[in-house]
Amino acid sequence: MTIGVFGTSVKRTEDPALIRGQGLFVDDIKRDNEAAAAFVRSPFAHAKITSIDKSAAEALPGVQAVYTADDVRSLGPLLAQVPIGKLRPLLADGVVKHVGEAVAMVVADNAATARDGADAVFVDYDPLKVVVDPEYAATNEALVHDDLESNIIHTWEEGDAEAVQALADREDTVVTSVKMVNQRLIPTAIEPRGVLAEWQHGYDRVTLHSTTQQPHAVAGALALTFGLPGVSSARVIAPEVGGGFGRGLNVYAEEMLAVFASRELGRPVRWIETRSEASKSTTHGRGWAATATIVSEPDGNFLAYSLVGVADMGAYSQNFSVAIPVLGQFTMPGQYKWDAIYWKMDCVHTHTPTVDAYRGAGRPETSFYVERAVDTAARDLGMDPIELRKKNFFQPEDFPAATLIGMSMDSGDYGGNLDVLVEKADIAGLRAMQETARAEGRYFGVGIATFVEACGLAPSGFADAGVSWAGYGLPSAFNESAVVRVHPDASVTVVTGTGPTGQGHETVWSQIASDRLGIPMERITVVHGDTKDTPMGIGTGGSRSAAVGGVAVAIAADRTKEKAAKVAAHLLEASEEDIVFADNGAHVAGSPDKNVPWTDIAATAYQPHKMPEGMEAGLDMTAFFDPSNLTWPYGSHVAVVEVDPETGDVELLKYVAVDDCGNIINPMIVGGQLHGGITQGIGQALLEAAVFDDEGTLITSTLTDYPIPTATDVPSFDLHKTTTPTDANPLGVKGIGEAGTIVSTPTIVNAVVDALSPLGIKHIEMPLRPRRVWEAMQEARA
Amino acid sequence: MYPREFDYVAPASLDEAFGALGDDSKVMSGGMSLLPLMKMRLFSPATVVDIGRIPGLDAIEDSGDHISVGALVRHADTATSDLIKANAAALATAASLTGDVQVRNRGTTCGSLAHADVAADQPAAVIALGATMFAQSASGTREIAASDFFVDAMTSALRSDEILTGIRFPKAGPGEGSAYDKLGRRGGRSDYAVAGVAAWVKKSNGSIEDARVAVTGVGTKPTLAAGVAEALIGSDGSDAAVKSAAEKAIDGITVLEDLYGSVEYKSHLAKVYVARAVKAALANAG
Ligand SMILES: Cc1cc2nc3c(=O)[nH]c(=O)nc-3n(C[C@H](O)[C@H](O)[C@H](O)COP(=O)(O)OP(=O)(O)OC[C@H]3O[C@@H](n4cnc5c(N)ncnc54)[C@H](O)[C@@H]3O)c2cc1C
Repeated sequence: MTIGVFGTSVKRTEDPALIRGQGLFVDDIKRDNEAAAAFVRSPFAHAKITSIDKSAAEALPGVQAVYTADDVRSLGPLLAQVPIGKLRPLLADGVVKHVGEAVAMVVADNAATARDGADAVFVDYDPLKVVVDPEYAATNEALVHDDLESNIIHTWEEGDAEAVQALADREDTVVTSVKMVNQRLIPTAIEPRGVLAEWQHGYDRVTLHSTTQQPHAVAGALALTFGLPGVSSARVIAPEVGGGFGRGLNVYAEEMLAVFASRELGRPVRWIETRSEASKSTTHGRGWAATATIVSEPDGNFLAYSLVGVADMGAYSQNFSVAIPVLGQFTMPGQYKWDAIYWKMDCVHTHTPTVDAYRGAGRPETSFYVERAVDTAARDLGMDPIELRKKNFFQPEDFPAATLIGMSMDSGDYGGNLDVLVEKADIAGLRAMQETARAEGRYFGVGIATFVEACGLAPSGFADAGVSWAGYGLPSAFNESAVVRVHPDASVTVVTGTGPTGQGHETVWSQIASDRLGIPMERITVVHGDTKDTPMGIGTGGSRSAAVGGVAVAIAADRTKEKAAKVAAHLLEASEEDIVFADNGAHVAGSPDKNVPWTDIAATAYQPHKMPEGMEAGLDMTAFFDPSNLTWPYGSHVAVVEVDPETGDVELLKYVAVDDCGNIINPMIVGGQLHGGITQGIGQALLEAAVFDDEGTLITSTLTDYPIPTATDVPSFDLHKTTTPTDANPLGVKGIGEAGTIVSTPTIVNAVVDALSPLGIKHIEMPLRPRRVWEAMQEARA
Repeated sequence: MYPREFDYVAPASLDEAFGALGDDSKVMSGGMSLLPLMKMRLFSPATVVDIGRIPGLDAIEDSGDHISVGALVRHADTATSDLIKANAAALATAASLTGDVQVRNRGTTCGSLAHADVAADQPAAVIALGATMFAQSASGTREIAASDFFVDAMTSALRSDEILTGIRFPKAGPGEGSAYDKLGRRGGRSDYAVAGVAAWVKKSNGSIEDARVAVTGVGTKPTLAAGVAEALIGSDGSDAAVKSAAEKAIDGITVLEDLYGSVEYKSHLAKVYVARAVKAALANAG
């Protein structure tokens, strides 16, 4: 019997099924009379479609239908929450705008035949001029969409450029300016996307199983696209999903198209993405080129910071699109006090797959820029990077801290957190090792980066700024709801609107409910990812689930307990205020031996004649939680690397992290999030890049050429914490899902640049593959 | 990912396998390379002949002055065999650095050789070890020298009706040693070789009496670096001698640029790894 105590490392309740291969994923759910879809995808990044010959495909035995833009044009383009820029046609309509764009859909009796059918569709293309590089796109020398006036679809601008410039122009200031690319990445969840669409003729309802992180948004999009009476006619289920990382924070054309085919054919239609298809048809992440500039006084006092550049949006806007950079804007100033800041980001279309959320979404980008720039400034100023950071951090007494970007950061002790890192990682010892190594001609680097992120989207007011599912017909704040239902046998169902993809919500939500109710976790079942069960849910992303969804569970549990206390008081003939819950039941304070078990309380609660006069039956409460602010987790990380002077190969020797995510519900799960997150950020620093050639062909479309780090590529991480609770929610939790990814990337790059600083190297573009590092060393040595 | 339709046969003997092989067939041993290529529809053979159930092909045998490795010996077996580690460290190391645990448990040494990937590890080792390859068909067995076996990218000297039933290489005699080292595509020694080098040396009386060095990853096929061996033979094996021999690492090799390196970088790496592998082989030679 496990009472899920808040703050303990309860083992993950979802693991037995997952580890034994018994978890039910989209492709495990089978239906009678299924058909399967496969897509014909464009090999060109920009081309006119001159003809499509479907006849050979249609003639194949087992092929049921071949659909093109002519069949689906009336459904309109794919809906987006932030419909700025060009929206994606469900199937390419006369022209293709990126490699991998869907041109036709073949539906057949099974997946192999559908694939054969797709191979038998002959499309003639007339290639057009391709725009791949976002900086080139921003010049508008060639247009990505000739019906748009500019490739720049939106510009974010905040702060005071003149004030920054005035400080830079002052004679006594030091100006550090670095232009850097935060390269485009391919989110690689272990389970590719997949859908199973079931149109119920006669009822005109639809059920869609999908690998989504946001089922409600998809349901809203289905209702609008297919003209259903309302969202109540669309049921979207995210069963077990093998990873999200933001790729599931979207609404996809294949979801709409599978439903369309199911409606047309009167059969359930399944589509399961292949791995190489995923690299082109699923959203990408990052893709920025920007210049970060710090103006400081010679003693290291920071005066001004600016970040100016372009963000690649790909060919079409989906879901959040141009809103991703603005999440980065929230944390653009970092943890530092500035007198002036300026931020300007042009969002541009290019002939490449759509860019949208990827673990961290905007915040890894801005954190990378500020942390790389701070390290560079330390070098320019001849100061220790730790001292420079501490000198300019917001101090504990500054909180709640107002930033020049218009945010109010809840709580923090940035210097205290960094001090813990200095001690735990023995920075002094590492510097001594570095000195010895350098004397031997070895390139040994110690890289530090610190960060603050903005999590817990979002207070209700953010809905007016577009943080909502209004784009899918569901005007709603980014709040979360939960239902806590104590059944007559005192077992519990917790229903949540969050959409876990491996994070462990079943464990943590039942831990919260168990902690609040005093009912063992074994008797609690968490239900998630089904729009039929929840009044409204936003989903899982932006490290928001615990700080918004988890809090809703706690509140719903408290409400249920309040009612249970009334019933218990009645049974114990005591007053409600004296009721204490313990030992899987309740007693009157001071008399623990006279305990009414939860089973008696629950049974009574469903039999009004045994209950207090006038009380209604049931132990079932719903709560919506609207946080009062974003939450602002932070931390300090250090990486130790050695670079092979002959080959440029980077060896990661040691990694130590001190994170502050407020109160911790389950330390093991927090550790797991950090392990995965740090590894993913290391992937960006050292290995990963979506590389296109000049024709816009993705040349890293398989995992052979797009290496992602695995457990064998990284050292064992040494994790520590400080705890500064937030007051934005009653649990004091801040969020940890993205922290590791946000900070590990600049940490690694800072370490490699530190290792190579004797050569005078100031920056190397990511990924720091041996080739790039060697080239930088060669150039520096020449 | 679905391959095109194909016939699958799992013969119980080599003779049965030869009967099933034809112009449009493929032998499958571990399937680690064949199946992904079929799923991506880059290969679409009409028939797959799975040799995995043929008895007698999975042995590592000590035949006096030679060691033979059968067609079904897995990378993991090659990597951990005491016999191979003691006599052919280059091959044991190359096998231990091939792919990941899953690949090493399923894939076979002979499958990797037959596949002849430009960046595969074990081909370099068998060239340096002076191995002989046994290409067997219904009409008999051809013995092919490892240095003649790799013809071009993904092309070996095997005919489509032949099975590589095994390889054989000499045991290490006195003063002989070998080694393999590489820079992997994921950094360190992980993944396919950006540049990989296998070296075999024979020392006597304080100098190098004989040597064979093979380079993989940088060109269209794993290649014997004859110039390096020539420079090493007769030298004292000092660091300076090794360094100067390593300068000949890419003589006769057309180095190709790819995602992992420019021609200049890969040429440089070939030299670096020739020096590293030769030094390690000298150390192994005791
Ligand atoms: C994730 C991953 C990582 C990898 N990393 C590396 C690496 O780091 N280094 C490296 O060198 N390799 C690497 N590989 C390749 C791997 O080593 C090969 O896939 C494997 O060794 C091939 O052996 P197999 O038995 O699986 O051959 P199969 O896949 O069965 O066959 C491969 C080819 O060889 C032919 N063939 C196989 N056996 C015979 C035979 N006995 N006679 C005639 N023809 C035959 C087949 O017809 C086919 O054309 C990696 C592969 C994967 C999947």
